[in-house]
Amino acid sequence: MSRFFVLSLTGLTQGAIYAAMALALVMIWRATKVINFAQAAMAMFTTYLALFAIDHGAPYWVGFLVALLSGLLLGAIIERVLVRPVESAPPLNVVILTLGLLLFLEALAPMAFGGQIRSFPPAFSIVGLHLGNSQVAFSPFDAFTLGAVLAVMVLLLVLFQKTNLGLRMRASAFNPEVSGLLGIRVGRMLTLGWALASLVGALAGVLIAPSLLLYPTFMDDVLVFGFTGAVIGGLDSAVGAVVGGLLMGFALSYVGGYFGSDLETVGALVILIAVLMVRPRGLFSLQRLRQV
Amino acid sequence: MVAVRSRADRLVASTLRRHLLIALGAAVVLLLLSAQIGAYDDYNLTAVAIFAVAAAGLTLLTGLNGQLSLGHGALMAIGAYTTSLLLKDHRQLPVIVVLLISVVSAGVIGIAFGYAAARLRGPYLAGATLTLAVALPQVATRYKSIFGGESGLTVPPSAPPDWLGADFPPERWLAWIAVAAAVVTMLLLANLLRSAPGRAFKAVRDNEAAAALAGIDVARTQVLAFVISAACAGLAGALFAYWSGITSPAGFSLSLSLQLITAIVIGGLGSLAGAVWGSIVLVFVPLLTSGLASSVHLPSAVADNLPLAIYGGILVIAMLVAPHGIQGALRRILAIGRARREHTPGGGQKGVVDWDDPAPGT
Repeated sequence: MSRFFVLSLTGLTQGAIYAAMALALVMIWRATKVINFAQAAMAMFTTYLALFAIDHGAPYWVGFLVALLSGLLLGAIIERVLVRPVESAPPLNVVILTLGLLLFLEALAPMAFGGQIRSFPPAFSIVGLHLGNSQVAFSPFDAFTLGAVLAVMVLLLVLFQKTNLGLRMRASAFNPEVSGLLGIRVGRMLTLGWALASLVGALAGVLIAPSLLLYPTFMDDVLVFGFTGAVIGGLDSAVGAVVGGLLMGFALSYVGGYFGSDLETVGALVILIAVLMVRPRGLFSLQRLRQV
Repeated sequence: MVAVRSRADRLVASTLRRHLLIALGAAVVLLLLSAQIGAYDDYNLTAVAIFAVAAAGLTLLTGLNGQLSLGHGALMAIGAYTTSLLLKDHRQLPVIVVLLISVVSAGVIGIAFGYAAARLRGPYLAGATLTLAVALPQVATRYKSIFGGESGLTVPPSAPPDWLGADFPPERWLAWIAVAAAVVTMLLLANLLRSAPGRAFKAVRDNEAAAALAGIDVARTQVLAFVISAACAGLAGALFAYWSGITSPAGFSLSLSLQLITAIVIGGLGSLAGAVWGSIVLVFVPLLTSGLASSVHLPSAVADNLPLAIYGGILVIAMLVAPHGIQGALRRILAIGRARREHTPGGGQKGVVDWDDPAPGT
């Protein structure tokens, strides 16, 4: 039982990271119907920028802000400069473009920041908390991770559901042509969607970096598991992304804990296939399959 | 003159005969080429042929049947591990037998994947195949006693037959095998695509409902495309095992799968010629860029990563300037030339070019 408890806590923290990554992918999918493979490299790059600031004497929180703001900027630039021109091209082209960007950024980072593996400081202690007289595998930094992801999700929910801007963004994603006719600057909404998604990805990067160490491909696995989570949840649903991401966190933790860490991805595959065989468009997708 | 021309026309009027002629021509040219170049270039020629086999299978699935697979490296791994297991403990088997068994084993496993894939669409299939590409190599890591774990299984090279002489280079022999396999694969696929199943593939890609109304069994067509594609990947994997001499999980990482999808889009989605162009890019661009990077004196952190940066940059730029890949650009150039010759006004304008196989979703 205690082992199960420990694994559940690990799964929860990991799941929060995957949920953030899944959310970043789903936001971009909803806005522009693109699976953004470059998200892993973008989050890696912003984490390097945060470390660069910290290396030069800035306190942790300044580095944290640097990561989030550079994420915002990077997402906007990539959408406006690279993705916009290929919007009307075949859908696979954008996939290849984001893959190319992934490779480019992963090669650029060691050129700019040096090739060695770096450690990244956590905001709070990573030593497990004491409950009564026993130590549990849940540190103040884990609590911060959960809190930060939760806060961002609540803010996004408020933005999308309660504000005029959020309504315009949803309209642009839902039907660009009609939205444009109604006077919405659709292009700007898409850029903003990419920027916000990239910010969420950047957050996942700074939060996972202390436990994974920092190197150019350190976010690749997070991207794969985040994508798996997003697919499980249904790519059209933000709630689905969060649930799918958390599910991945728990599943990987249990499979790793009970069957060995080398079966983690096999476990992910089994769960993904099981869910998709029952619901081919994920758990939370509202779109019905077209029956032929 | 007229008589000569009509005889030439008749010779290429039959699709099969035309394809046979092209295949024969390509085989002769490549065999002559392999004898002219050194062992190192034979080695690279083999790599191009291997990637071309896998990419041709993938372009059939993704370009012509509309099923996006990001996990074809996993299917190549099945072929490679089949070959390695067949040749374990220095067992001697003829190459052709090993290749055929690998094709069959990948094809059979492709049936299971194909049934699962036929239920999924677009990004959901992409997600499932991506996870497959990450998970399958871990099975090999886990079951060390069978698959050799991280260090993998060694594959003994295929010795050239005696009639070629004692000092025939083994690299050239392997290049011959790979080129022959690639030519035969291309010939079979080219004929398949111009027959009823090939037309069914495209019909299902373009509109599933319309295809079903026309009497095409959509699910069966999708499974068939997946199986043929898997068989090609299995063949490529078997050749890959001979080529690299070792089959290990690291050889079939996610990046291999992503390289394949890159190759077919850069080359020109949905065309077999495009698969060949893409394979050439895949093999030679990294060689060129790393040669370039080492020729100029740069700090090692820059020089080590420059080839990857250039490669990534090329992918991005290619998608911006040549959305239909190399084959698309060639067709466009040819169409402009033809229009000029025939004095058609507006030649080379948008819309005049007849894309034989437009990519899905256009």
